[in-house]
Amino acid sequence: MKTILYKHPLAIRWFHWVNFPVLTCMIWSGLLIYWANGVYKISWGNKVLVKFFPTGFYKALNVPFHLAEGMSWHFAFMWLFTINGLLYILFTVFSGQWRFLLPNKKSFKEAWLVLLHDLHIRKYKAPQIKYNAAQRIAYTVIIFMGIGSLITGLAIYKPVQFHFFTWLCGGYAAARLEHFILTLGYVLFFLIHIAQVAKTGWNNFQAMITGFEVIKLSPKKTPHE
Amino acid sequence: MNDQPSLPVKTVSSKAVIRNSILSFVLFGLFLVGAWATFKWIKRQPHEAGALRPLRKTLDFNEAVFSNVFDTAVLVKEYPVSQAAKRVRVNGMDGLRDSVNEETWRLKVIRSPGDTLQLTLEDIKKLPKKDIVFDFKCIEGWDQVTHWAGVPLKTFMQYYGLGMQSKMKYVGLQTPDKKYYVGIDMPSALHPQTLLCYEMNSKPLPINQGFPVRLIIPVKYGIKHLKRIGTMFFSNDKPADFWAERGYDYYAGH
Repeated sequence: MKTILYKHPLAIRWFHWVNFPVLTCMIWSGLLIYWANGVYKISWGNKVLVKFFPTGFYKALNVPFHLAEGMSWHFAFMWLFTINGLLYILFTVFSGQWRFLLPNKKSFKEAWLVLLHDLHIRKYKAPQIKYNAAQRIAYTVIIFMGIGSLITGLAIYKPVQFHFFTWLCGGYAAARLEHFILTLGYVLFFLIHIAQVAKTGWNNFQAMITGFEVIKLSPKKTPHE
Repeated sequence: MNDQPSLPVKTVSSKAVIRNSILSFVLFGLFLVGAWATFKWIKRQPHEAGALRPLRKTLDFNEAVFSNVFDTAVLVKEYPVSQAAKRVRVNGMDGLRDSVNEETWRLKVIRSPGDTLQLTLEDIKKLPKKDIVFDFKCIEGWDQVTHWAGVPLKTFMQYYGLGMQSKMKYVGLQTPDKKYYVGIDMPSALHPQTLLCYEMNSKPLPINQGFPVRLIIPVKYGIKHLKRIGTMFFSNDKPADFWAERGYDYYAGH
């Protein structure tokens, strides 16, 4: 006999894994669209520090200079991204799963301790039910980023009809830049997410597929500082 | 503070753990293969007007949704003239490569087959003039506040008794050389800010901005703002559209 902990409901696993290819397609097609007017860069005085993106970057990713193709994919998969995201939010709200997700009063202090622990600066294992404090903050922020992508996206896709969103974003050009920065945010999130999952190990990862974790018997005291 | 929720815990047989794990992983594998196969399937579909067929169908679906949901009376934001760019961006010379002569140029309005109205620039200038300063948006992603003037297409159509034609679904426009052409849905064509435009920054249109008369249609992206109109016609079928044939959204409206 084994004791198992039900960690992720089927719906959440479904939304998570559907989002992965859909968001990948949105980022890839977004890159095709961005390239048609690839003007963003970070400069210091006259010196360009980072250009988004050098031609070699597109070559390395095998991305063609195809605005029309990018838009046709983007404006098809936007539906899946939006519907999947809305269903995820609705499920999280109505199932009560938000209790495991939203940061609470202690989360911000604890998240700092998690960071120190992860950077091997301090020996401390943060208390955790489903997500630790840093995860709560990160996974909540990513939901707001998703909502932000939808709003900035609509602001540039239909700026006359959604003029309120365009105004909210500070105008058409600003909305486009924000849409782009959010995308960089996803890529950054993805890299850290993958590294953390790899570091945390198999038992945690497989729970995102099976939904449960097997708890080791002989419960020890949770180690405190 | 004891409001911490807890996760459900259960005791099950080792066999059940293994069985459920295998089942989950098989389904997960099928999901990944399915997602990849869907992507590959879309890529394999034939092109329809320059876009993969399922994606073209989705663009048309989007058009149907948005043209039904949207209130076409919504006005585009206007700006003070002082904000208009002095150096206006030029993006493409398709349909403008022949020379054009104000004396011989005519706007040909096909009222019905065999019944064509031929108008000079002076005829168009006699109609009530409207100025607009708005944020011109290109599908490439740039935008520029620019200043235009001309007669609203709606006023023009009323003046020339094109009431029957305005009941049709589309307006088609072509350059004199027929090398650039667009189709516009009637609600957008009759939008109060849509102009038969002959002035930019209070001067006649430059050649590269579509002299003598171009379309300014602020509810659409730049690809629909046809320069140097030669022919105008009306149709219930979608008129041919230069960029829509090259994989772009036909509606291209905002």
